[in-house]
Amino acid sequence: MKALAARRHHRFAPVVLLLLALLVTGGVYAVLAPSSAKAETASTADIETGKKLFQANCATCHGPNAEGTSEAPSLVGVGAAAVDFQVSTGRMPMQMNGPQAAAKPPQMDEEQTAALAAYVASLGAGPAIPTDEQVDPALGDSANGLELFRTNCAMCHNAVGAGGALSEGKHAPSLRDTSPRNIYQAMLTGPQSMPVFNDANITPEDKRDIIAYLEDQKQGSAGGFELGGIGPVAEGLWAWIVGIGLLIAGSVWIGAKSS
Amino acid sequence: MSESKNPVNNSSSGLERAGGNGDLVQSDRFPDPGVPEHKPRLTDVDPKAAKRAERTVAILFGISCLGTIASLVAYFAVRPDGTVEGTRLSTQLLGIGLGVSLLGIAVAAIHWAKALMSNHEYIDERHPTATSPENREVAVAALQQGANDSGIARRGVLKGAVVSALALFPLTIAVPLVSSVGGDWNVSSFRHTLWTKGRRLAYDPSGRLIKAADLTIGSVAHVIPDVPEEERQTEEWITEKAKAVVLLVRLDPADLKSDHREGASYQGIVAYSKICTHVGCPVALYEQQTHHLLCPCHQSTFDISDGAKVVFGPAKRPLPQLPITVDDEGYLVAEDDFDEPIGPSYWERLK
Repeated sequence: MKALAARRHHRFAPVVLLLLALLVTGGVYAVLAPSSAKAETASTADIETGKKLFQANCATCHGPNAEGTSEAPSLVGVGAAAVDFQVSTGRMPMQMNGPQAAAKPPQMDEEQTAALAAYVASLGAGPAIPTDEQVDPALGDSANGLELFRTNCAMCHNAVGAGGALSEGKHAPSLRDTSPRNIYQAMLTGPQSMPVFNDANITPEDKRDIIAYLEDQKQGSAGGFELGGIGPVAEGLWAWIVGIGLLIAGSVWIGAKSS
Repeated sequence: MSESKNPVNNSSSGLERAGGNGDLVQSDRFPDPGVPEHKPRLTDVDPKAAKRAERTVAILFGISCLGTIASLVAYFAVRPDGTVEGTRLSTQLLGIGLGVSLLGIAVAAIHWAKALMSNHEYIDERHPTATSPENREVAVAALQQGANDSGIARRGVLKGAVVSALALFPLTIAVPLVSSVGGDWNVSSFRHTLWTKGRRLAYDPSGRLIKAADLTIGSVAHVIPDVPEEERQTEEWITEKAKAVVLLVRLDPADLKSDHREGASYQGIVAYSKICTHVGCPVALYEQQTHHLLCPCHQSTFDISDGAKVVFGPAKRPLPQLPITVDDEGYLVAEDDFDEPIGPSYWERLK
């Protein structure tokens, strides 16, 4: 201490102190600062490829810089999750107009999808593609998932995720064959008619619970024939046509005279 | 019972009379055609066919026995192992065994009756409904003797006691029944929900509180009033929740054309009752792009961006809107209860 005290009037002392202060501030900032909303650790090459793919396949409707046109919304800030959902389920690029963009075999392969997602994510921060751990149904609690699904999802997607009708030809698709990643992305980004369920509303753990519940439904029903699980229409048709038909046939046979 | 011997003659005699005279006499009444002529079955005339039918019946009963055995084997051999598939296999095997067992008995019995038992038709005349006069006299005498024996005419106290006991007894059932009906027969309870000024909005079912900043544009949240955890375990909660559920939607404020209730929204966040004004289904199929809210029961459609007015379907009124704002901590709170009864119309609604 004595040595320090002796040199405090040294003419380089302010410079040294300033350097120290800057170092400490920078170090503390590096440790404590919130990590920026980095959607994707994508290389510049990916983004370049994505940009080319975008201009060839998407720019007609979404505009050359994804700024949106009168035909389609802006994609600035929708995030990689939205792109991955739309492109990997084949909904985009859209091939024809209709009440809603239908799922079809994807046009882009995985690499192209990733490149497109990287490009759109580079335009503005948005929800990132969830990690495998975030969507692993084995880690979820399907009982909690049921409660959440019943409250938030079942009115459109049916109690077991079989899908259902909306207004004017739109429909909520069946979730039977939807991958856990796509389910997560749909909740996060709210594609088309679907509202957004962000992480404050349904937490990431809750989302995984919902995925676990839906995964459980793939085992089918313990009761036997589900008749598509679409509720009273299929069951009523079965009861009225097949059930009552058999009863009538039985009564006719009982009442007929033996020859 | 008398077997009708000549039903054919009966029915044809009317025709013969008319034809015999050569006139076109039309009788006012159709002659009773009687039962049609009995035709013998194959099993009646051919002993081989009878034998065959007997064998069929025996085989059907045999199939039933096999079904029972199969059902027992399935019960012991295939136990539900806790998985969905195991439970399904076990119940289906049990059900098939049970079905075959019962169906075998039923089909065998009917086939037996149809092919082998007598199929002659009989007419069984009804006997008069009234009892014979002698029996009636005996019965009246017995009743009178009983009355005399009990001395009910002489013993006034007993008469009064038995009448009052019998008259009072129904109260043990009627009073609890009527009073429990009366408890809920309070129409004014439809007018109020748990929402009061300053009560916070919470997510259904977790009960977490909602901050206005948490809702991004296009988000919906299914909302219950914030009440203590213990209160949510009570039975009354279910009734109160059924009235108080709310759908919270955040729109782009530019898209919000009007509120149903003046000033009820908060920066594009609107809260509408989730109970349809048609017949009270939970209406929650929200389409983000059109801002339409669809009721799954009868397709009533409400435009959330325009005061929840009805744009399609049988509902008559817009959904009631819950006025909301934020408190000091940024949580969404109700400003007041709904200003009209939620759900479908009822007679006393406007009184």
